[in-house]
Amino acid sequence: MIPAAFSYVRAGSVEEALDELSRHGGAARLLAGGHSLLPAMKLRRAEPGVLIDIGRLRELSYVRADGDRIAVGALTSHRTLERDPVVAEQVPLLAAAARRIGDQQVRNRGTIGGSLAHADPAADLAGAVLALDGVLVARGPSGVREIPAREFFTGRCRNALAAAELLTEIRLPAAPGRSYAFEKFSRRALDWAVVGVAAQERPGGGVAVALIGMGPTPVRATAVEEALAAGTPAAEAARLAAQGCEPPDNAVASASYRAHLAEVLVTRAMAAL
Amino acid sequence: MRVEITVNGQPHSREIEPRLLLVHFLRDTLSLTGTHIGCDTSSCGACTVLLDGVAIKSCTVLAAQADGCAVTTIEGLAGEDGLSPVQEGFRQCHGLQCGFCTPGMVMAATALLAERPDPTEQEIRNGLKGNMCRCTGYQMIVESVQWAAANGGAR
Repeated sequence: MIPAAFSYVRAGSVEEALDELSRHGGAARLLAGGHSLLPAMKLRRAEPGVLIDIGRLRELSYVRADGDRIAVGALTSHRTLERDPVVAEQVPLLAAAARRIGDQQVRNRGTIGGSLAHADPAADLAGAVLALDGVLVARGPSGVREIPAREFFTGRCRNALAAAELLTEIRLPAAPGRSYAFEKFSRRALDWAVVGVAAQERPGGGVAVALIGMGPTPVRATAVEEALAAGTPAAEAARLAAQGCEPPDNAVASASYRAHLAEVLVTRAMAAL
Repeated sequence: MRVEITVNGQPHSREIEPRLLLVHFLRDTLSLTGTHIGCDTSSCGACTVLLDGVAIKSCTVLAAQADGCAVTTIEGLAGEDGLSPVQEGFRQCHGLQCGFCTPGMVMAATALLAERPDPTEQEIRNGLKGNMCRCTGYQMIVESVQWAAANGGAR
C-alpha cells in the first residue's frame, strides 16, 4: 500500500516546525514516529498535502524531574518510557503502559506525543496519562498553553490542539511509591486493547481509574472512583466500570462484552493495587 | 528529494519520491529482496530491519525518515566467516519451514540479543511478539534464538 503523494519537509527546530505548520494551515500533518499516521496514510484514510517531519527534534525527547512533576518531551519513544529510571521511580504507571504497546519494533519508533495527539480511544498511554492527571503542553503562534488530559481528547482521533499548535511536553504529577495497575485485554499479542484500565493511587488519597476502548475517547471511570472514595468494596465498585460509557459495538467486540471486560479488568486492577 | 542511506555498510544516494517506504527503497530501488513484505500494516514483522541498530518495521517508515541513517538487512548479517550466530541458530534448530517470516525473525532476534545477550524464554517470546510465523508454532524459533545466545549472540 502506497500513501498518496505529499511534499516532505524536515523541521530542524520547534520554531521551524511551527512556521511550517502556520504556512501550510490544515493541509499539513506532523510526522513523529509515524506509527499511527503512516498506516492511516497507506490506507488513504489520511491524505495530507504536506508532511512536516519532527522526528529528529532531539530537543523534544527527554524525561526530567521538575520538582513534584515529571516532564516528558513529546518525542520520547515508548522504548525510552519503558526503561527510563526517572519514569520507573516517579511515574511507573507510564512505564507499565508503554511496555504493553505493540511490539519491540513499534515501541522503538512510536512516541508519547504522537500517540496522544493521534487520540485513538484505545491507546495505552492515553489511559495512563489520564489516570495520572497529566497536563499536555502545546506551543503555537500565540505562545504556550497547558491542556489537562481530561480536556485533551475531544472525540475519536480528535484532540484539543489548534491547527498550528504542536504538542511539546507532557507533565505528570510524580507518584513515587504509590501503587498503580495497568490491565488490558487484546485479541492477539500485539493488538490494540479491546478494553484497558489504568489505575493510580492518588497523592491526596483515593484512586484514579481510566478506561480505554470504552468510548470515542479514553475516559475516567468516575463512578468507580467515587464508590471507592465512599468506602465501597473494590469488587462492588468495579461493577460500575461501564457506567456513563458508550463502548463501541463492532467486529472486534460487542458493546456488552466491552462492558463486561471493563468490570473484570477494573477488578483485576484493584486487586493489583 | 535526494536521500543518502547506508545499507549494510554501503552508502547509497538516490532521488526518491517522499512517499517511498523504506521497504520499497530496499527491495525495488536497491534490489535487496531479502526483506519481505507480509501484511504491509506493521503487524507481521516480515519487513523488520535495523535502523541505526534498532529493530523497526520498514513498511511503516519512509525512506525519507532513514535519510543519513544506517540500515542493516538480512543480506548484511553474514560475514566472511559465514552466517551470523542467529542465522546459524535458525539452521541448526530448524527455526523455519517456508522461510517467509525468517528474515524479519532473524533481524528481530538479532536486535533482541544485542540488548539482552542471555534472554529467558519469556523474554525471547516477548521480543519476537511483533513477528508472525504461520508454519512453526514458534517453538523451534525460540530454540534457534537460545542456540544463538549460547553461540556468539547478536554479532
